[in-house]
Amino acid sequence: MSETTTQVDSAESDKARWEEACDKAAVRDIPFETMSRVPVDSVYGDGPFPGQYPYTRGIYPTMYRSRLWTMRMFAGFGTAVDTNGRFKEILKNGGTGLSTAFDMPTLMGRDSDSEWAFGEVGRAGVAIDTLADMEDLFADIDLSAVSTSMTINGPAAILLAMYVAVAEKNGIRPDQLSGTIQNDILKEYQAQKEYIYPPRPSMRIVTDMVKYTTAEMPRWHPVSISGYHIREAGSTAAQELAFTLANGFAYVEAAIAAGEDVNAFGKRLSFFFNSHIDFFEEIGKLRAARRIWARWMKERYGATDERAMLCRFHTQTAGVSLTAQQPETNIARVAMQALAAAIGGTQSLHTDSYDEALALPSEKAARIALRTQQIVAHETGVANVADPLGGAPYVEWMTDEMERQAEEIFAHLLQIGNDSILEGCFEGIDNGYFVGGIADAAYRFEREVNAGRRTIVGVNDFTEGNEEDEVALLRIENQTEQDQLQRLAAVKAQRNSEAVRNALDEVTSVAGDSNANVMPAILDAVRVYATVEEIGDAMEKVFGRYVEKAIV
Amino acid sequence: MADEKIRVVLAKLGLDGHDRGIKIVARILRDAGMEVIYLGLRQTTASIVTAVQEEDADAVGLSMHNAGHMTLAPAMVAALREADLDIPVVVGGIVPDADRDELDHAGVAAVLGPGASAEEVVQAVQAAVDASAGSGQ
Repeated sequence: MSETTTQVDSAESDKARWEEACDKAAVRDIPFETMSRVPVDSVYGDGPFPGQYPYTRGIYPTMYRSRLWTMRMFAGFGTAVDTNGRFKEILKNGGTGLSTAFDMPTLMGRDSDSEWAFGEVGRAGVAIDTLADMEDLFADIDLSAVSTSMTINGPAAILLAMYVAVAEKNGIRPDQLSGTIQNDILKEYQAQKEYIYPPRPSMRIVTDMVKYTTAEMPRWHPVSISGYHIREAGSTAAQELAFTLANGFAYVEAAIAAGEDVNAFGKRLSFFFNSHIDFFEEIGKLRAARRIWARWMKERYGATDERAMLCRFHTQTAGVSLTAQQPETNIARVAMQALAAAIGGTQSLHTDSYDEALALPSEKAARIALRTQQIVAHETGVANVADPLGGAPYVEWMTDEMERQAEEIFAHLLQIGNDSILEGCFEGIDNGYFVGGIADAAYRFEREVNAGRRTIVGVNDFTEGNEEDEVALLRIENQTEQDQLQRLAAVKAQRNSEAVRNALDEVTSVAGDSNANVMPAILDAVRVYATVEEIGDAMEKVFGRYVEKAIV
Repeated sequence: MADEKIRVVLAKLGLDGHDRGIKIVARILRDAGMEVIYLGLRQTTASIVTAVQEEDADAVGLSMHNAGHMTLAPAMVAALREADLDIPVVVGGIVPDADRDELDHAGVAAVLGPGASAEEVVQAVQAAVDASAGSGQ
């Protein structure tokens, strides 16, 4: 009897608290009604409501009524000057955030003049060797007014330092900078494979960056814990969910062990998920992510600030779902994946271009991709109501099921890590648990497609018309490599080589001192135009280099 | 001789770390009865040539997703020729159709794009090895 009364009271107070929060929130000045002019409420169904623990229904009380998701389109190719032009185009077209793709040598900490860089300079992203390239990349863009996402992991500390140094040259302080650096090194060993050092010293660098940004860059997200690449590498939805959140718990455990306050850095962690083609599974996954993260942060890691319990995330549609056959059909795939991300409550979204199974996106394809999410945001009405599928039996069941499968994986990691997720992640990297699990899932799926048990339009069925397509693709000229090499040579010739040598010695020295933070020394090195590879090598002297065991 | 398994060296040449495709191809070729030697990530043309010699391989399979195929694949063909190894190079990954002629011209035996079926993968390697064996060696 009394329990029932309490539940009713609590349900009523959930509603009252939610209404109070909504009253305080500013909303966009548009009619919240259907296209036939039926007024709609900002949420339907039962609590806990959006903005209320455990945030299954969304992290903000009014969600997209107050602010649409950020339309953050990933771009980068050729030289820094080329990408700067693309950035300006994105801002002009109504994009609201910049997202930087680096080329392979930069991602691996190699300079354009390294023998490793042959054939890859500026191909899959922009080439950055020194601060001079970063100055070109952000030329004529007010860094205090944009939010910038940098997708880089192994050399993340060096690129963050370059961003800070570019801002500094324009009179902008670190605390005015807003954005995200991916810096999720654990998933590199599990899926994306863009590591430099072994896992433990890499974790130390991540922890140093968390400390530095907590103190100096309060608007910066120092780690974007990324399931995207895990999924692209072939994992299931539940593996993506569980491995990603487990990596998040690992960073939290490392930062707590380093003496950081879970409330201070917890509110600046953010996530990055894939939105794949199985509509309801994706929505369930995203809802489960918020619930699990909030509960673990509160109950296991002792967060008391609600903002440190929020799983805020970026979403990208699934590149791996795009087909090279009848590429225009990808526009339909991307639209549905974008809709799932919006219903799943994402904070920002990148929509893939239809030509990405063939080449890097052309300008036209990138524009259609942006237009696709603008249609979802402004035409479909999906942004009027938070968590519009919440309460639907299938969606609630799927959310629970994703959570159940994830909890099984956490239990396994805790077991192999002696009650530590951080140690469980290290062990799982070492014993092939992650790469093996992902490769098994990828192969299972491929066999099912091959056997015709799963249909992919244009690939194993409905192939009429496959020969007709001619799409205009982006071509990267070999000239890029030559231009970048000349540029790097010029910077090296002009800089003060003694200052560079001294700065690099200092980087090696702080790398060897586990009580020191590597960030200030790296900043000094980028200021005197030391290259990405030189700074990386200065740390490698202490940390060593990671080589993966080749397992099929 | 004809009963001997085809031996294929698979590798990721250069820095590109996208290894989902090549791992699937490794299993497909293995399931089709071939001997697969997967070298893993971050290989050089030199490390692949060495592996081909040590393993007495019949073909090399490269997987490329980073738009580096136009320089790296011809470099691989040249490195094998330089070492007097007359075996085919098969390339898989994100390769625009427009690049295929040039790769063909550079001596790449076959190019497999996204969505290639298991049968197509096996046939391409088999045909490349057969063609190479029949080329007078």
